[in-house]
Amino acid sequence: MRGALVILRKDLRIEWRTRESLASVFVLGVLLLVVFTVAHDPEPDAAPALAPAVLWATFVFTGLLGIQRGFLLERENDCLAGLLSSPVDPAAIYVGKVAANVALLAVTQAILVPLTGLFLHVDLWPVLPGLAIVLLLGNVGFAALSTLFAAIAVRTRAREVMLPLLLLPLLVPLLIGTVSATRGVLAGGLAAGGDAVTVLLAFDVVFAVAGWLLFAYVVRD
Amino acid sequence: MALLNEPPVRADGLVRTFGGVPVLAGVDLTVEPGEVVALLGPNGAGKSTLLRILALLLRPTSGRLAMFGVDAATAAPELRRRIGYVGHESLCYADLTAAENLDFYAQLFGIEDASARVAELIAWAGLEHAARRPVRVFSRGMTQRLALARAMLHTPDLLLLDEPFSGLDPDAVAALEQRLLDLRLAGHSILLSTHDLDRVATIATRVAILHRGRVAWAQEGGAPAMVVAAAYQTVIGRRA
Amino acid sequence: MRRLLPASVFVTMMAALYVVFMVVPTEREMGIVQRIFYFHVASAWVAFLGFFLVAGASAVHLWNGSRPADRLAQASAEIGVLFCTLVLVTGPLWARPIWGVWWTWDPRLTMTVILWAIYASYLMLRAFGGEDDAIRRYAAVLGIVGVLDIPIIQVSVHLLRGIHPSVITRNEGGSGLVDPWMRIGLLISSVALIVLAGWLLALRMRTARLGEEVAALRRSALERKGEAA
Repeated sequence: MRGALVILRKDLRIEWRTRESLASVFVLGVLLLVVFTVAHDPEPDAAPALAPAVLWATFVFTGLLGIQRGFLLERENDCLAGLLSSPVDPAAIYVGKVAANVALLAVTQAILVPLTGLFLHVDLWPVLPGLAIVLLLGNVGFAALSTLFAAIAVRTRAREVMLPLLLLPLLVPLLIGTVSATRGVLAGGLAAGGDAVTVLLAFDVVFAVAGWLLFAYVVRD
Repeated sequence: MALLNEPPVRADGLVRTFGGVPVLAGVDLTVEPGEVVALLGPNGAGKSTLLRILALLLRPTSGRLAMFGVDAATAAPELRRRIGYVGHESLCYADLTAAENLDFYAQLFGIEDASARVAELIAWAGLEHAARRPVRVFSRGMTQRLALARAMLHTPDLLLLDEPFSGLDPDAVAALEQRLLDLRLAGHSILLSTHDLDRVATIATRVAILHRGRVAWAQEGGAPAMVVAAAYQTVIGRRA
Repeated sequence: MRRLLPASVFVTMMAALYVVFMVVPTEREMGIVQRIFYFHVASAWVAFLGFFLVAGASAVHLWNGSRPADRLAQASAEIGVLFCTLVLVTGPLWARPIWGVWWTWDPRLTMTVILWAIYASYLMLRAFGGEDDAIRRYAAVLGIVGVLDIPIIQVSVHLLRGIHPSVITRNEGGSGLVDPWMRIGLLISSVALIVLAGWLLALRMRTARLGEEVAALRRSALERKGEAA
């Protein structure tokens, strides 16, 4: 697992150096929030009810963008071959990449959540702890699944469209779970989102393990 | 560095197909310890594919491969410690500096006293002046030296180089040649692919010609450049 | 074997059609339209079975690189998406006359749509992913992940509040099947559709194998032509 840490640090360092993902996430995130809100054009009282859906839909699309980049950078200069010619286990590469994606997605959420609260008149402070847990669970599940499929998509022909095409159907239960849990948390704290949180936990565990086992089959030719 | 008598490479009937098309159609090749084997061949002969298989980056469709006496198909990841690979691309992250790239790989390989080793290799590659610049701004020659340094970090017994001289100006070629000669003197085994016949004369101890996925001609011992050139013309010329 | 399957399909389909349209009594509340139910549910079962078949064949292919396993996975996906489409078509056909809506986000229908989408993405990957052998591996990974998702989807769709109440589930799942012939009808139509699916599967796999042989022949002919020149 030391290899995973090394890879995590490397990815974070590259991201910090270029700040490419951060910039595009920020801009795209704001744009999507605006688009979704304007498309609904809700009454001021009805606006908060939209918050879970708008937040998570925006998260999914900006997340897809960020994760895609994570593997494009391994493709440049054939760096993935560098990783695979080392004694590091492919599963450790997976863990490192997922960890890096979780970190980057967390930053994404840190940007999107306050903005959503601002645009849709939602008071987030009282429910922050519970919300943070739901955000984390959604984050990890998304990262686990999309890291696996980004590795696939980056080696196919129709690269840009392939990742959303493969991921979105599989992510539907995550989306349902996070929206439901967020709605519950906003209404009455973590307990109110109970069932949904269980779904998210199951999702995270199943796909983290699946990704860990299957990643080697994706990267080893 | 144990088992000096085990050949770094013993390949037997290696076949590799891509989408049904055989790129390697039965390659038999051995590299003995301390040899520098030059793999010649036109584009499309399968040189890059063969090197990637030997670097354990690609699995053969069929055939047997033993590296240092160990069966490549079932080998533990640790076998990779004895192999260094320099491909067409640098395998280095464009946005990190040369030093950061080497540092990353040193940690990945678990090299003791990583910073000293990295500094040593930066000096060896002649990149002191550029160590803290991002790889993105490097010239082709600098990138090649960095790629070679990266491959040498873990002091592999076998070096695999895929067309290392392509795209280099004469000075850079001479610099790279010198480093390879140093490595040969130090006892490393090298297998390099090229379609530059001049380079073969200066460095190689043995030559093999790859054509249409097979070893069409191999010369034991050093061969004069003219012999190699003649053989190359014959082999490649016969099948236009 | 080749004659046996089509014959079985004919026999079982005839039996199913006869039982469903002639023997089973008309359902009290919904009338004649309810007879779609038998084929609707049977198709759903086949679609589900197909999913598990894709996953199983994918796992075998990942394990030992077996080409027949890969062909089975591809064929099962194609057949699965076919029957999934049938479910999604017969559903509205049934719903519209009875409940007045073409669609409802009932948990089961929602699940079927997601399943259909996963099937479709699998076929997209195989069709547009490229010619590499690696695509087979990637598709196999998708096949396995897809099946792992099923139980999670199943649970999560019940979290949906739904635009409409669960009109359809109230009438499926046993409460409507009062007459024993209704149960037999469901059983027979399921068997008929499974046999049909099996036949289509066998045909599709044979086509795939022949296609690979033709491609190989074409390639070697091209190579020989190149050598002779």
